[in-house]
Amino acid sequence: MIWTDLQTALSREGYVASDDLAVALHLALTLGRPLLLEGAAGVGKTEVARTLAAVREAELIRLQCYEGLDAAQAIYEWNYQRQLLTIRAAAEDGETGKTVEDRIFSRDFLLERPLLAAITKEAPPVLLIDEIDRADEEFEAYLLEILSDYQVSVPELGTIKATSKPIVILTCNGTRDLSDALRRRCLYTYVEYPDRQTELAILKARCPQIEAHLGNQVVGFVQKLREEDLEKTPGVAEMLDFAAALMGLGIADLTDDPATLQHTLTTLLKTQSDQAHITPEVAGRIAGKAA
Amino acid sequence: MSRVTRFAGRDDGASARVAGFVAHLRENGLRLGVAEAEVALTALTHVEAAKPDETRRALKAVCTGCKEEAERFDELFTSYWMDMGRVRQKSVPSKSNANSDDVHSSRDAQGQEAGSAGQATAPDDHGRDDAESDGTGKLIATEVRNLSRKDLRDMVRPEEIAEAEDVARRLGAALRDKRSRRRIAARKGDRLHFRKTIRESLSTGGEPVRLLRKKRPDRTRKIVALCDVSGSMTIYAQVFLAFLAGLMRADTAADAYLFHTRLIRITEALRDRDAMRAIGRLSLMADGFGGGTEIGPSLSRFAGTYARRFVDGRSVVIILSDGYDTAPPEIMGEALEKLRKRGCKIIWLNPLKGWKDYEPVASGMAAALPHIDLFKAANTLSDLAHLERELAAL
Repeated sequence: MIWTDLQTALSREGYVASDDLAVALHLALTLGRPLLLEGAAGVGKTEVARTLAAVREAELIRLQCYEGLDAAQAIYEWNYQRQLLTIRAAAEDGETGKTVEDRIFSRDFLLERPLLAAITKEAPPVLLIDEIDRADEEFEAYLLEILSDYQVSVPELGTIKATSKPIVILTCNGTRDLSDALRRRCLYTYVEYPDRQTELAILKARCPQIEAHLGNQVVGFVQKLREEDLEKTPGVAEMLDFAAALMGLGIADLTDDPATLQHTLTTLLKTQSDQAHITPEVAGRIAGKAA
Repeated sequence: MSRVTRFAGRDDGASARVAGFVAHLRENGLRLGVAEAEVALTALTHVEAAKPDETRRALKAVCTGCKEEAERFDELFTSYWMDMGRVRQKSVPSKSNANSDDVHSSRDAQGQEAGSAGQATAPDDHGRDDAESDGTGKLIATEVRNLSRKDLRDMVRPEEIAEAEDVARRLGAALRDKRSRRRIAARKGDRLHFRKTIRESLSTGGEPVRLLRKKRPDRTRKIVALCDVSGSMTIYAQVFLAFLAGLMRADTAADAYLFHTRLIRITEALRDRDAMRAIGRLSLMADGFGGGTEIGPSLSRFAGTYARRFVDGRSVVIILSDGYDTAPPEIMGEALEKLRKRGCKIIWLNPLKGWKDYEPVASGMAAALPHIDLFKAANTLSDLAHLERELAAL
């Protein structure tokens, strides 16, 4: 398979990947290395993993990172309530210590969390580690072991080796700097907001019923809006919401009805100061330019 | 692209060229190891390596690791593979500051050699003739732009950096935030760790023999330092640069910026293992050092760009500046307000405040005051060290 095939396959599933991203994804698949995607919120980083899973017909396992995430929540945990009950039951039946111990520390009592689940699947899944920069540094260190050796060691059971090597996609918004060690283990791509052509292609893929004229205007409007000084720049998902809202309201041309346009801007502007900044006049001016 | 590389006949094969390319990237500041060269080679077998664009994309995915590197990569790629920049660019000797009275120089002839370890990233370090470099020089993708650029290594001494490191470490410790809802397991904690106690009790048949504890974790506040290096601040720059370099070395989470009429992120450059080389790399970036000041616009730019990524409720933003702003004061007020909305603490260290009868009358300073959590004097490293108590109280 060459990378353009992958690009075509992705676009068939509704994801328009830039050349840079397609090559990086292709290499991640062929070299079996994790891919780190960085970029502003709303450029479609998470969507890459979702689409890739669809293309490969693989399961998508998602680990959403947050501050305080630890190994027990991400890798595995013993089901200790069940273990406790088993011990109590065993005591009543007069079972001896050794057999109980072997029983309660078996795979049946192991709760698989996303990372362990990802390496024990029959078919290689797509493992999405979302917003890795939100997790603590200690967790990042855990991840290094799993990403380089694809194995998890459970003291009571021994090492669990990967039955299949998952396709790993990490995303990061730049909340904090990631460690060099993690960056070095991954391939890397910075995902930009799509350019006009790409964004139009995304809109057409996701929203095929939209008319060409309105589609052009929507994309033009959002692209111009991104140049404004906003607190939260609208992403691709917001653009799609905006298009859906306009279509739902039966608008055929952005410049027709300024009042309705202003109402639909709630799909794009997510803070009070941004909404105050884009007054009807500003919106009208941008819509005029986009037309 | 129409330009294609023509390598000499005596040149080794593809692997040597890729290895050369990785070395080239390393010399230009990308942190790559031996493993990357190997991965790069393997990667090229999975794309059509004869197509320059495809090669570029593949190598970009392998060799870059952050946004800044990704942005510089294309230029570096072109300079190596596209038959450009094979020869070291003619460089211009930097104006020597060694004899100047207003700066301290710690470099004797010997020290100069030792300090020049960073020459790969500082092409204008030595005014070498072209004849001498003779096409075997290193490939440098950086343009030589400002002839009056200062070599900051003349201003900062290694001992001061070591001292500043200590100060920075103490400040970092003072800023440690103990207010957290989350608790972690600990040997000496203020509460019982119920889950772990139950877990542990399994080995004793469900009887909780050992009680395990948990406590609130220490969480460092992240220090973000913005240093004014305009003309009026030049005499203090020595202390502050040492402080920044020390801060970066003492605290892996810290972040540093310089501003004069522009804003530059210097975190990456200062993280260099060799402290003096780090300062050397700064010299390259500090184009415009000692010029005019636009504090407001610089802070505004910071609030709109980097702050979005790096500043949150647990950050402390330290601004080192005398507050003499050439831009309208409103910009400064707005910028600081925007910055505060991110939930951070703002500390302004003004070297002038130490003077007797100082009043913050400069319009910029006056506009900034309502948005500042702590306004203090700092001229020397010991001033900075004395801030420890007040920072702890924040």
